[in-house]
Amino acid sequence: MASDRIFGLVVVLVALAYIAGAMQIQTSFMADPVGSKSFPILIGCIATICGLYMLVRPDPDPEWPDLKTVGSLAVAVVVLVAYAYALKPLGFLIPTAIAAAILSYQISPRPLPAVLTGAGLSAGLFVVFKYALGLGLVAVPKGWLV
Amino acid sequence: MEILSNLALGFSVALTPFTLMLAVIGCFLGTIIGALPGLGPSNGVAILIPITFTMGLDATSALVLMTSVYYGAMYGGRISSILLNIPGDEPALMTTLDGYPMAKKGRAGDALVLSGVASFVGALLATIGLMFLAPVLARVAYLFGPSEYFALYLLAFCTLGGLASNNQAKAAIAACIGLGIAMIGLDTVTGMPRLTFGNLHLMDGVDFLVAIVGLFAIAEVFFFIESHGKDTSIGVKLEKVTLPIRDIVSSGWTMLRCSVLGFIAGVLPGAGASLGSFLAYMSEKSIAGPNGGFGTGVPKGVAAPEAGNNAAAGGALVPMLTLGVPGSGTTAVLLALLMTLNITPGPTLFAERPEVVWGLIASLLIANFVLLLMNVPLVKIFVRVLQVPAWVLLPGVTMISFVGIYSLTGSYFDLLLMVAFGALGYVLRKLDVPTVPIILGILLGNEMEENLRRAMVISDGDWTYLFSSPIAIGLWIAAVAGFMAPLFLRKLLKKPQMITD
Repeated sequence: MASDRIFGLVVVLVALAYIAGAMQIQTSFMADPVGSKSFPILIGCIATICGLYMLVRPDPDPEWPDLKTVGSLAVAVVVLVAYAYALKPLGFLIPTAIAAAILSYQISPRPLPAVLTGAGLSAGLFVVFKYALGLGLVAVPKGWLV
Repeated sequence: MEILSNLALGFSVALTPFTLMLAVIGCFLGTIIGALPGLGPSNGVAILIPITFTMGLDATSALVLMTSVYYGAMYGGRISSILLNIPGDEPALMTTLDGYPMAKKGRAGDALVLSGVASFVGALLATIGLMFLAPVLARVAYLFGPSEYFALYLLAFCTLGGLASNNQAKAAIAACIGLGIAMIGLDTVTGMPRLTFGNLHLMDGVDFLVAIVGLFAIAEVFFFIESHGKDTSIGVKLEKVTLPIRDIVSSGWTMLRCSVLGFIAGVLPGAGASLGSFLAYMSEKSIAGPNGGFGTGVPKGVAAPEAGNNAAAGGALVPMLTLGVPGSGTTAVLLALLMTLNITPGPTLFAERPEVVWGLIASLLIANFVLLLMNVPLVKIFVRVLQVPAWVLLPGVTMISFVGIYSLTGSYFDLLLMVAFGALGYVLRKLDVPTVPIILGILLGNEMEENLRRAMVISDGDWTYLFSSPIAIGLWIAAVAGFMAPLFLRKLLKKPQMITD
């Protein structure tokens, strides 16, 4: 009940913000009867109606994970975000090994298999991508290899 | 006779050694992807698209490779359903209902072979149906103007929302999320930026591949972290594989009936493979009656959903190729592939690029035979794949997704967006909000708006133009019916729940 109500409320708020954003769209001299605002506003309105419906008629709550699992999920998100930032400046091998190891640990918390998974995936995928598929990946930043 | 000459053209494309090799590789990869618990046709095809694209294959080769993966994943999905009771995706759920009990009775090998043959019958008949129906529908599609296309897109959202989800409001919200995201970027008519909030990265809009990989592949990782990969280890052992000829013969009619039913369900825009396997299973269940033993592990209960599922997968290609409207989550992913390759699906595709269409159809026919060989005598190889532990598989999937998107766009912003879509996908699926309408919305949003605007330009702002032709009116009625009917039918057609040990 509560989850759907919160979700409905979020949908309504986002949809209203979206409509407000759509109102701000600049029109140009090339005009057509519909214009560039109407369709986004229409979408926002439909979403608002559906959000309100969910506020009134929510479904039963799903089973949410416990606090510890939410913690591991948050860690996973942080790791993935960090990986996204690290991939370009730090090359492929090292960030991939670290990120894969942490994800593996989050799924099955055993340190040694996790580290091996990280190292294996990093090296294995690099060989496959670079030499079998010919993608232009950088192993480690150029300055590190002297 | 036209079909024969077209087929000859198709086989001349498909029978080159290189294309043939791609078809075999695609089938092999696809079966593995389907068999792996946690990977199904949609996320499997999704993570492979960016990589295929970066490899620089030409359009026909890329299409042959990916559709072989698609068909292969449809075949392979039954392996984890039967042996582990884990459906790789929604349509495979029906296969677990009788497949897993049959495997527990010690007939795992029989169930795998029987479902492999059923998959073959369904997919082959559907490919033949595709061959005959697609050119006809392509000719009809020439009659479609902007108002008809607008109504058709609406129909796709409505049937998808109405039939494939449990709550209409949630499906509509999902469609709105997708359409809303599609609006971001430069307006196609005026060229002015819309809803970018001053962010330069958003000027080009949100790449649909980023959204697809995020929602389908990254979200899956979060689900495995939540369950700690616990669901993956229990399963049934497979001893020897023999050919259960009696079962195959006795379920022959079942396979034929279910193929036809599945094909029809697949052709309906927005309905797709889930509906195909569901209808096939339910109709066979009612034909067999209460004494048929459905749900306890009868061969017909294994054959029915697999034939329906694979026939629907072929049928879903019909509206996708002729009208540009996908019939299921995976065909939505295939549409994304076509758009990445700069192929515009629709009636003109058949007239202007017959080598693409018929090459595709010919390689589907070839892929079917390759898959039958791989999935019946060689099924033991793929059963090994099930032993890959989740803690190796899921990090691997994540890394492949990252590399794919990164080599496609080269921007860290898209990677962040992908992670955001992954988190969004996790929350939405928890709340039972379907994610396929989001993909459909992102893929079709701009086309839908453009057709609406073109219709209004033609009619000079008179909105009754939207209902001015019989085709458009028919599509509107079907859309409203598809959206509303499940409200009343839901009590009658209750989805069977997954059985637990």
